[in-house]
Amino acid sequence: MWDWTFTFEILPVLARAAIMTVEATALGFVIAATLGLVLASIRLAFPAAGVVVTIFVELIRSTPLLIQIFFLYFVLPKAGIVLDAFTAGVAAIGIHYAAYCSEVYRAGFENVPRGQWEASIALNLSPWNTFKDIILPQALPPVVPALGNYLIALFKETPLLSAIAVLELMQTAKNIGSETFRYTEPVTLVGVFFLVMSLVSAGIIRMLESWLQRR
Amino acid sequence: MWIRMLAVMLAATLLLIALLSANPEYRLFMPGLLEGAVLTVEITLLGAVLAVFMALVAALAKLYGPLPIRWLSTTYIEIFRGTSALVQLFWLYFVLPQFGVFLDAFLVAVLALGLNIGAYGAEVVRGAIISVARGQWEAAIALNMSKAQMLRRIILPQAFTAMIPPWGNLFIELVKSTSLVSLITLADLTFKAQQMNQSTLKTVPVFTLVLLLYLAISLTVTIGMRLLEQRASKGLTRARVA
Repeated sequence: MWDWTFTFEILPVLARAAIMTVEATALGFVIAATLGLVLASIRLAFPAAGVVVTIFVELIRSTPLLIQIFFLYFVLPKAGIVLDAFTAGVAAIGIHYAAYCSEVYRAGFENVPRGQWEASIALNLSPWNTFKDIILPQALPPVVPALGNYLIALFKETPLLSAIAVLELMQTAKNIGSETFRYTEPVTLVGVFFLVMSLVSAGIIRMLESWLQRR
Repeated sequence: MWIRMLAVMLAATLLLIALLSANPEYRLFMPGLLEGAVLTVEITLLGAVLAVFMALVAALAKLYGPLPIRWLSTTYIEIFRGTSALVQLFWLYFVLPQFGVFLDAFLVAVLALGLNIGAYGAEVVRGAIISVARGQWEAAIALNMSKAQMLRRIILPQAFTAMIPPWGNLFIELVKSTSLVSLITLADLTFKAQQMNQSTLKTVPVFTLVLLLYLAISLTVTIGMRLLEQRASKGLTRARVA
C-alpha cells in the first residue's frame, strides 16, 4: 500500500519541483502586491477611474483562475504575444491576486484618518509627498496580515500551473504517477508539503502580526 | 446601488453572449459549452449544500462538542484549509482507489469541493456565532431555554445575518473552483473549452465565451447573495425597532 523505498526515491525529485513552486509563489506575489497597490492608488487618486478599476476587479474575481491561465497561455499568442508556460502562469496568478490585494490596500487607505490628509495640506506637502511619506507608512502595516493570507491562498493555487505543464510540484507528482502507476505516494507527499508550508507560513504571519501590534 | 451596478454588468454579459452567438464562428461552440455550464452549475449547487452542512456541523462541533470531537473538527478544518483544492481532488480521485474505495468523478468533485469550502465556511459560521452579543445568551438562560433551543431560536438566526456576506464570497470561490474538476476528466465548462480548443484551435472564440459564461454564473450568485443579505438585514432592523 505505502512503499517507503519508493517514497525516498521520489523525494529528491519532488524537492526540486518544490523549489519551482516556491519561485512561482514568490514572483506571483510580487506582481500581486505591486499591481494591487497601483490599482488601489489609481482608485484613490482618480475617483473617476475608480469605476473602471472596480469593474476590472469584479471581472477578475468572478472568473476562475484556471480559465485566466488558459487565456494568457492560449489566447495572447493569437495577438502576437507569446509567453512561455511559466511566465504566463505566474502573470495570471499575479494579476488574479492583484485584484484581491487592491481591495486590501483600499481598506488600508480608508483606515487612515481624514485629518492626516488635511494636516498634510496645511503643511503644504504635495499630494505625491503626502501619499508617499504620510499615508502609505500608516496604511500598510495594518493590512500586512490580510496580505499574508492572500500569500498563502496564492501559494495553494500554484498547482494550477500544472494544467499548462509548468514543472511544479503537482505536475511532477502527476508525471511520476503516470510513469510508475503509483499515485499514492507522490500525491500524498504533495498534500503534506502544502499542509506543512501553509501551517508554517500561517505561524510566521501570526508572529509578524503580533510584532506589528506591539510596535 | 451596488446591486444595480452588478445587475447592469450581468445584463451586459448576457447581451454580449447573445450578440456573439449570432456570429456563426461563435454559435458553433455554444451547445457544447452550455452542456458544460449545466454540469458546472450542478456541481456548484450540490457542493454548496454539502459545504453549508459541513460548515454548520464542524463549527458547532468545534464550539460545543466534547474534546475528542472538537479535535476531530479542528483537524478537518486545518487539513482542508491547509492543502490546495486541486491536491484534494487528485487525492480522492487517484489515491483512494488504492485503498479500495472507488468513487466516480462526479461524486469526487462534489465531495472534494464541498468539503474544501465547508472547512472555510466552518470558520465563518464559528465567527458569526461568537459575534452574537453575550447578553443574548444570558437572556436565553434567564428564559430557561435548553442549549439546543437557545442555538436554534436565538443565536443561529442572528448569526445567520452576519454569515451571508462571507458565504457569498465562498460561493463565488466554489463556482470558480469547479473549473478544477476538468482535471479529473469531468466534462464541465472548462473541460469542454479545452476539448474544443484542442480539436478546432479556435482559441479566441472558445475562451471568450467561457469567460463570459463563468462571469454570468458568478454575477448571478453575487446578486442573489446581495438580495438575501438585504432581505435578512431588513428583518433585523424591524426586529430591533420593535
